[in-house]
Amino acid sequence: MTQVNWSRVAPLLQRLGSVIGLLLLFIVLSVMSPDFLTTGNLLSVLRQVSINALIAFGMTFVILAGGIDLSVGAILALTGAVTAGLMAAGHGMLLSMGAGLGLGLVLGMVNGALVSWGKVAPFIATLGTMTLLRGLTLVYTQGTPIPVTDTGFALLGGGYLAHLIPLPVVWMFVVFAVCGFLLRGTVFGRHVVAIGGNEEAARLSGVRLPPMKLAIYGLSGLLSAVAGVVLTSRLYSAQATAGAGYELDAIASVVLGGTSLAGGRGWLFGTLVGALLIGFLNNGLNLLGVSSFYQQVVKGIVILIAVLLDRRQ
Amino acid sequence: MAAPLIRMHDIHKAFGPVKVLEGVDFELLPGEVHALMGENGAGKSTLMKILTGIYAPDSGDIQVDGKAASIASPADAEKHGIAIIHQELNLIPSLSIADNLFLGREVHRFGLLDRKAMATRAKEWLARVGMEKLDPGTLVERLSVGRQQMVEIARALGQNARVLIMDEPTAALTESETATLFQLIRELRGQGTGIVYVSHRMEEIFALCDRISVLRDGQFVGTRDVPGLAFDEVVKMMVGRTLDARFPTRTPNIGSVRLKVEHVTGGMVKDVSFDLHAGEVLGVAGLLGAGRTELARLLFGLDKIDSGTVTLEGSVVTPTSPNEAIHAGFGFVTEDRKAQGLVLDLSLRENVSLPRVPARAGLVDRPAEKKQTRGLIDALKIRTRDMELDVRALSGGNQQKVVLAKWLALKPRVLILDEPTRGVDVGGKAEIYHIINQLAEQGVAILMISSELPEVLAMSDRILVMHEGRVTALLDAHGATQETVMTAATGGK
Repeated sequence: MTQVNWSRVAPLLQRLGSVIGLLLLFIVLSVMSPDFLTTGNLLSVLRQVSINALIAFGMTFVILAGGIDLSVGAILALTGAVTAGLMAAGHGMLLSMGAGLGLGLVLGMVNGALVSWGKVAPFIATLGTMTLLRGLTLVYTQGTPIPVTDTGFALLGGGYLAHLIPLPVVWMFVVFAVCGFLLRGTVFGRHVVAIGGNEEAARLSGVRLPPMKLAIYGLSGLLSAVAGVVLTSRLYSAQATAGAGYELDAIASVVLGGTSLAGGRGWLFGTLVGALLIGFLNNGLNLLGVSSFYQQVVKGIVILIAVLLDRRQ
Repeated sequence: MAAPLIRMHDIHKAFGPVKVLEGVDFELLPGEVHALMGENGAGKSTLMKILTGIYAPDSGDIQVDGKAASIASPADAEKHGIAIIHQELNLIPSLSIADNLFLGREVHRFGLLDRKAMATRAKEWLARVGMEKLDPGTLVERLSVGRQQMVEIARALGQNARVLIMDEPTAALTESETATLFQLIRELRGQGTGIVYVSHRMEEIFALCDRISVLRDGQFVGTRDVPGLAFDEVVKMMVGRTLDARFPTRTPNIGSVRLKVEHVTGGMVKDVSFDLHAGEVLGVAGLLGAGRTELARLLFGLDKIDSGTVTLEGSVVTPTSPNEAIHAGFGFVTEDRKAQGLVLDLSLRENVSLPRVPARAGLVDRPAEKKQTRGLIDALKIRTRDMELDVRALSGGNQQKVVLAKWLALKPRVLILDEPTRGVDVGGKAEIYHIINQLAEQGVAILMISSELPEVLAMSDRILVMHEGRVTALLDAHGATQETVMTAATGGK
């Protein structure tokens, strides 16, 4: 039995495109910049990537189910502000964080309710909540940053594991493992993919769409709030404009990772690779002294090439 | 003998390691209706996709009008006068007939549409298909499926098609629409058009076609003249053996009343009452639009029941969602397996366990899932190399078996089948009939909606006939004939 099962190998090769891209980038940057392949630099990139990756993991579920969530950056900002605000008002760290995370979950579920019961297209529904939440964040913060003084809380984003690995990186891998299991090992994950593949068939098979969508968008909201808390902790302050444009980075990571925007096909590992690709690309261009104006141009081109390559399959 | 319009010789095509066509010949003469037959997965669609430029053959040559031709794109096919009328119609519902006829080749002056010229020419084109009474300004969504098909044919003819490929053209047509279509096909044949007719409906083919070519497992079996050809011989060519019987027999073992439907009204369904017994196959006959699928949707909680009661095993059930219906004990094999029955990008295993994933506390029990799938693959004789393959890769008959497997895994009390053998080849049909019989013998109560009268008559214990949302007859299948069913289905007494 040496026969190769092509029907299984071919999709794997297709998926591995993003991994190969990441490896190539790694090699090129290692050759071109002596500062790239250092523990300090790599860990610092990972720390930068972690915020985007946390959001992108939630986004993967939403996109796999055939939806989209534009409100993630806005949820990050509001939940970060609420967490910082509660602590500034003298509440404990755990209560403040719990409130922030709970708020993210509820806001995500509101998106889910709009999409399922309100029958609003996900793009429009989350565009609406994005704008709404950005406004609420400005109202809540009055446009001024809320400083964080709790040193324990500051460790969440600023601390290290074994004096080496930044804690946000640890959170990223923990959430990756949990979400990966959720997607592959649970009935919930199976139903997410089925809904994205054929919503009507899933419904006729008894999959209840409203609770599923509440859960899917709720997960995205919750992970955005996790990112919000970690970012607030790392920056020692919450800002109303935090997370601006993060929804696009998250979507780009998911798509770079090979998940179909049409839903029903994709994987979480790809999203991690996609997030790393974007992170290392930014870092490499910085190290090479490319102006930030050109960095955007390069990032756009990379995204387009990746999607075009995917289309050719 | 006239030179052939099309001659395909020694065509080979493989997708990866899977050989789909192995040395297929096909010839189409001007002024002939040529049936292309074969079981699902035999390679008919692939051959036609090569002829219309969607796929490139790996080897082999194609001649048009006796000259070697390269058909590398649908545009090339159009240039050669080859057009295909798809099973799923390719019209844009929200545009008018004229807009559709000229889509992509609008008559214009400096970019401004010349609506008048298009309307005039549209009239001429419609006249060619006997639809001159239609107003070209009518929106396509207002037309019946039969008329939409005529518009598609008109479009092909307007583009000077000399070769028309029709893929199951009568699948969604009423009897009178079918008759109109056949008349048109005969007229086109008289004008020298070559028509490739892809269908599973043997009666139609014998009534309409001049020659038959048969494919089996990607191989070319042969071409025969229809006059003098026996029905059984075609079946033998298709399946490589003679089928024991078209409809397997079953010893009825009918138990007590399992499902009681009383005065159910909702949507277009009006005051429907019937009993369904354990182990019984109750056929539901009627014309398109009689409300049969709508009745099934009401029972399965997809549409709202306005009044009336449904009693399952003594307790009243009013499912308001498929989820509730499934928990109550219903299963529903829908008529459109691709749109409603399957998630094409998921594996066979994942599709089969979709209604109820074997799991403990929300965690998928993969070994139990594999075991269950393996058991169903064996029980239903689903032909696949691997349960991890996407169901997209399976043939129509095997896909239909996967849909059945999905529900069998749940052990339903009442199984609703809506056109269970639509688009399934002869061999696959016999196997599905066998499965239906087995289920009935195990005591499942089966409601079988079907538009194929021989199937309803042979498979059912009793037949419920519907007309315009109402039950017009409840017949004992033994005494019933095609005539008595049709009389009730058309509203006669």
